[in-house]
Amino acid sequence: MSLKLEPNSEQIKTEKLYTQMGLSDEEFALVESILGRTPNYTETGLFSVMWSEHCSYKNSKPVLKKFPVSGERVLQGPGEGAGIVDIGDNQAVVFKIESHNHPSAIEPYQGAATGVGGIIRDVFSMGARPIALLNSLRFGELASPKVKYLFEEVVAGIAGYGNCIGIPTVGGEVQFDASYEGNPLVNAMCVGLIDHDDIQKGLAAGAGNSVMYVGASTGRDGIHGATFASEELTDESEKDRPAVQVGDPFMEKLLLEACLELVKCDALVGIQDMGAAGLTSSSAEMASKAGMGIEMNLDEVPQRESGMTPYEMMLSESQERMLVVVKKGREDEVKEIFDRWGLLSKVVGKVTEDKTLRLLHKGEVVAEVPVDALAEDAPVYHQPSKVPAYYLENQEKEAVVPEVTNYKEMLLTLLSQPTIASKEWVFDQYDYMVRTNTVVAPGSDAAVVRVRGTNKALAMTTDCNSRYIYLDPLEGGKIAVAEAARNIVCSGGEPLAITDCLNFGSPEKPEIFWQLEKATDGMSEACSILSTPVIGGNVSLYNETNGGAVYPTPVVGMVGLVHETEHITTQVFKEEGDLVYVIGETKEEFGGSELQKVIDGTYSGKAPSIDMEVEAKRQKQLLSAIQNGLVASAHDVSEGGLSVAAAESLIGTGLGAMLTTSGNKTAALFSETQSRFLVSVKRANKEKFEQLVDATLIGEVTAEPVLTIVNEENENVLQATVEELTSAWKGAIPCLVKSKA
Amino acid sequence: MKFAVIVFPGSNCDVDMYHAIADELGEEASYVRFDETSLEGFDAVLLPGGFSYGDYLRSGAIARFAPIMKEVIKAAEAGKPVLGVCNGFQILLEAGLLPGAMKRNDRLKFMCRPVELIVENNQTLFTNGYEKNEVITVPIAHGEGNYYCDEKTLKELEESNRIAFRYQSNPNGSVADIAGITNKEGNVLGMMPHPERAVDRLLGSNDGLKLFKSILHNWREAYVTQA
Repeated sequence: MSLKLEPNSEQIKTEKLYTQMGLSDEEFALVESILGRTPNYTETGLFSVMWSEHCSYKNSKPVLKKFPVSGERVLQGPGEGAGIVDIGDNQAVVFKIESHNHPSAIEPYQGAATGVGGIIRDVFSMGARPIALLNSLRFGELASPKVKYLFEEVVAGIAGYGNCIGIPTVGGEVQFDASYEGNPLVNAMCVGLIDHDDIQKGLAAGAGNSVMYVGASTGRDGIHGATFASEELTDESEKDRPAVQVGDPFMEKLLLEACLELVKCDALVGIQDMGAAGLTSSSAEMASKAGMGIEMNLDEVPQRESGMTPYEMMLSESQERMLVVVKKGREDEVKEIFDRWGLLSKVVGKVTEDKTLRLLHKGEVVAEVPVDALAEDAPVYHQPSKVPAYYLENQEKEAVVPEVTNYKEMLLTLLSQPTIASKEWVFDQYDYMVRTNTVVAPGSDAAVVRVRGTNKALAMTTDCNSRYIYLDPLEGGKIAVAEAARNIVCSGGEPLAITDCLNFGSPEKPEIFWQLEKATDGMSEACSILSTPVIGGNVSLYNETNGGAVYPTPVVGMVGLVHETEHITTQVFKEEGDLVYVIGETKEEFGGSELQKVIDGTYSGKAPSIDMEVEAKRQKQLLSAIQNGLVASAHDVSEGGLSVAAAESLIGTGLGAMLTTSGNKTAALFSETQSRFLVSVKRANKEKFEQLVDATLIGEVTAEPVLTIVNEENENVLQATVEELTSAWKGAIPCLVKSKA
Repeated sequence: MKFAVIVFPGSNCDVDMYHAIADELGEEASYVRFDETSLEGFDAVLLPGGFSYGDYLRSGAIARFAPIMKEVIKAAEAGKPVLGVCNGFQILLEAGLLPGAMKRNDRLKFMCRPVELIVENNQTLFTNGYEKNEVITVPIAHGEGNYYCDEKTLKELEESNRIAFRYQSNPNGSVADIAGITNKEGNVLGMMPHPERAVDRLLGSNDGLKLFKSILHNWREAYVTQA
């Protein structure tokens, strides 16, 4: 291997080579003024990755500031690897969601797998034991060979990583819409459990302390991954395949166990994952947060390939690595732990007082940069915002009730839409049971994982209906949070907090920035009213292919606390004779609905409206009824409306239901009015339930496995056997991907 | 009764196995690392599921060379109960303690779901708590659980009644619906389904608990003299 000749400072400036790394002319000038000189090649690289949107949030900071981030239970808000919320008994839950969209568009298996690997590291770098994984996926219509390939490989990548490392993948959501055709979204969430005393921070404190590198060695994979993730995808993006990292879940399993031993060792000062921008971000951020500097000798960095340059080592995003700061003189204790797990650990530098990141290579100083300039002082842009024409047009449109002639046929059609249909094909590939704590498996409103050794459990979900957000980002943003909370409540949990992953197009387009502003406004309002602060998250902008943006998709990951395992509730009906109630009235709301998609092939008009005060009140009432043991089943009414919710409550039970609806039939069956729940209650609990909850009795669970819906005049509106419903719902995705199920 | 739960690098059902014994069966369980060289004092050996050595090369192919495996083989030869589940079964095959080999599932995808098993032989020390032909629900979670052996071996397994469990509805393409087999002596059982995941009704099924109870019962019969 010969050393590549790097351009010198002069060439970087005159030939504007920095633009290829993602820095603008103004940003380069700012770097020059910070340094008081022109940066060399390595330094230019450091600034370009640290000032990318992915690492610096330079375009999204102004909107992120609006989120409510504090609460009685919040132990750690945004800014560390993951947020932390107290759950009592000296225990806390740690969670975060992160995107891996761009890599997954180019190399779906590894892109998705390393997305999972990265979010797991964020959680165990806090000192927590990861206990569950979730995900949120978006693809184009499941029709073209390319989308099927992306779908199959992304699912396989998530399964490959999670199954091997032995953390159950307990839940998630998948939505299919044309806007994601060339730019799928792959968001992975990890939930961990920690004792308060074990909470770690990524701090490089204490001058003279040692900086140690642990885990896998550094290769040339993933160089400039963070920059690549902060650009639009084009036909040329295929050439960026080397910017996609390759995952090794076996290595991460060892790293996980070793790190959890390390957090019990008081020689540890700070620990941080080498994620996006690898060695650069971990060192600069840890030093900056502690008000210190770091000096590293890159000759000591374990290298997978020979002849690696400082630039390559600093920008590599090789997986399964951590940077650790250790008390001086106690390095051997740390080394011993990693040796036992067969892992590399090496002192690569020390903490300094001069707030500078200084890099040595072959006896020379190859970079010398103020750490705050990299980590804190990235420029912040207040992008111009403009109301899009499409939004104004949609707001002007008269609300129409779509014409449906055969209600049964329409219900079966809706159940077989891949966004609504059973995702069994997906979660059958995930080991959702390993660690034997999964009480409610994927497929119900939220997954529920018990906390071993207590009588508590954690409910968790990911949610985002981006169609509503596209039509109305403010209302849609509220709905995303409200729906997540509804899922938690239906499972018997008290919503605690959220993590968010803001997937949007280019913020440099005023109409897109407007979507980002409004959606986060809506989310902030909902989070405040539901008392679910935002404890961390991730921003993924530039989700565009050849000029077209994805629907604004701010995915909400929410965790709730189930105080007693007896409160755990699922969406399916339990017993013949149980009474069926709907909480919440139904309006004629079809903008962004699944019905609208089926009939018009597109979304238009107004998104469903939501009143957060009403939402909060209903959630409170339902949760209290569940906690009082009055509810047999509870299901959120969402895509496809009440008839789809009823079908989902029946599938797999061997039971049927007889329901009476009122008002416009199409609305009663398919409207997507918010803040509604479908609930079943034992007859014996009728009075108590009705005292606690404002709900309308609409029918009962029957022994014969048939769903019958009649109107107030007792005329048949719809009748279908549960077998018909099941086959439409379960058969759709296996049929579309043409795999044996 | 003292159970050893062997931990290879990459084992991930070790915790589940431990809790099944310690919490649900109520007996003593200890983790024993792959690089240890003694199993003295243990009455039974459990090889848990997971991805030992990342399943690189071939499932179980590297784990069989771990130092502790010499002791596992010794324990098997001494007639102690040795149970290998999922990856543990794959390791027992690679170590030659059980015949046959494992292929990828015929669908070529990982699958995780509860399945129904038929207790084919209830005369083993692992299964005599079950009725013969009892149908039990135990989860599977594997990508390479498609058991294969040649016809001669299959005939031998069938004739000597060494098929402990069969799938009610074959999920992965295994020869003769085989879900679990024993060695000739009957003290080594390998199975793809996870009995340790079926020990608590809260999680769906406790049909697996009888397997561990059978081990305990037989050990008591053999070694504990009633006072």
